[in-house]
Amino acid sequence: MAQSSSKQWRLTVFLLPLIAFLLLVVFLLRGLFSDPTELSSALVGKPVPAFTVPDIYDTSVIYSEQVLQGRPLLLNVWATWCPTCRAEHAYLNQLAVQGVYIVGLNYKDDSRSKALNWLTTLGDPYQLNLFDASGRVAIEFGVYGAPETFVIDAQGRIRYRHVGDVNERVWQQVLGPLYSELMREYERSSQADEEQQSP
Amino acid sequence: MKVLMIVVVTLLSITLGSLSPTQAANLETYQFDDPAKEALFRQLIGELRCPKCQNQAIVDSDAPLAKDLRDQTYSMVQEGASKQQVIDYMVVRYGDFVHYKPPVTAATLVLWLGPLALIVIGAVVITVVARQRGDSHELSAEEVAALARLRQSSSAQDQ
Repeated sequence: MAQSSSKQWRLTVFLLPLIAFLLLVVFLLRGLFSDPTELSSALVGKPVPAFTVPDIYDTSVIYSEQVLQGRPLLLNVWATWCPTCRAEHAYLNQLAVQGVYIVGLNYKDDSRSKALNWLTTLGDPYQLNLFDASGRVAIEFGVYGAPETFVIDAQGRIRYRHVGDVNERVWQQVLGPLYSELMREYERSSQADEEQQSP
Repeated sequence: MKVLMIVVVTLLSITLGSLSPTQAANLETYQFDDPAKEALFRQLIGELRCPKCQNQAIVDSDAPLAKDLRDQTYSMVQEGASKQQVIDYMVVRYGDFVHYKPPVTAATLVLWLGPLALIVIGAVVITVVARQRGDSHELSAEEVAALARLRQSSSAQDQ
């Protein structure tokens, strides 16, 4: 009897490292395909933070967080010193032509004139242009680099934060479906409102 | 001896050469009248991770974001915020990762207990394996007798 239980014990001890190894393989494989520096946004699910920020074209015009409440939109954080932003700009132009509502947040740029020059020469895909010279507004959003793109719903809640450029693959796989779903909800509810109002 | 000296000198020069003086931020720009606030400020900027250069605290990092966060910490401390208030402010925006001492939650339990768990598992494995080795060294009574016979027969052959 003593021998068979010690055999069972041996078997267990033999299997434990194997099981631990397999678990580790799964864990490390997942890690291999993820970006270790990417932070998940702490603000997902929360309403947009309060802020005031001037318009990039006319700095006497001041916007607050209310401009991000009312309809689904993308908030794109960009700057002229950011080469990846340059790379994604053409795709943002395409999205804007397709009717996607994008608000731009110019983040700690070298100068307002540089940013304006960029928009005039490369095109302006933004429905609104927020000019965050100091970067304090970006801190409210938990921004830690450029480019970043937030998906915000009609109630002004942050639904997703994408780090890195927006390209065809990212749009098709992640941002596009979320934006379309929010737009469907928004159109349904505004239709319902209209039907209620008309007698 | 010569080889050893060469190896030691090479290793030393490599390690010393790769150590660059920490390009710490210019903390002279942050003036405090209250030494308690200054101490709190220094404690905080040592405990908050730079979200951009993620293996540095904001006291060490040269990133523009780190400077912005130092400025933010400075103004909050000057206005009388407590340590917990400043940390909460950062965590709300950047997540638990931004604090070098994350809270013990279900998610961070692996981080806190992992090393201890590994040591315990290692100790258990070592004791079990050592015991097994110890067991197999003892010969049973039959094996002792067989060994005695073998020794007798081999010594008989030698003569």
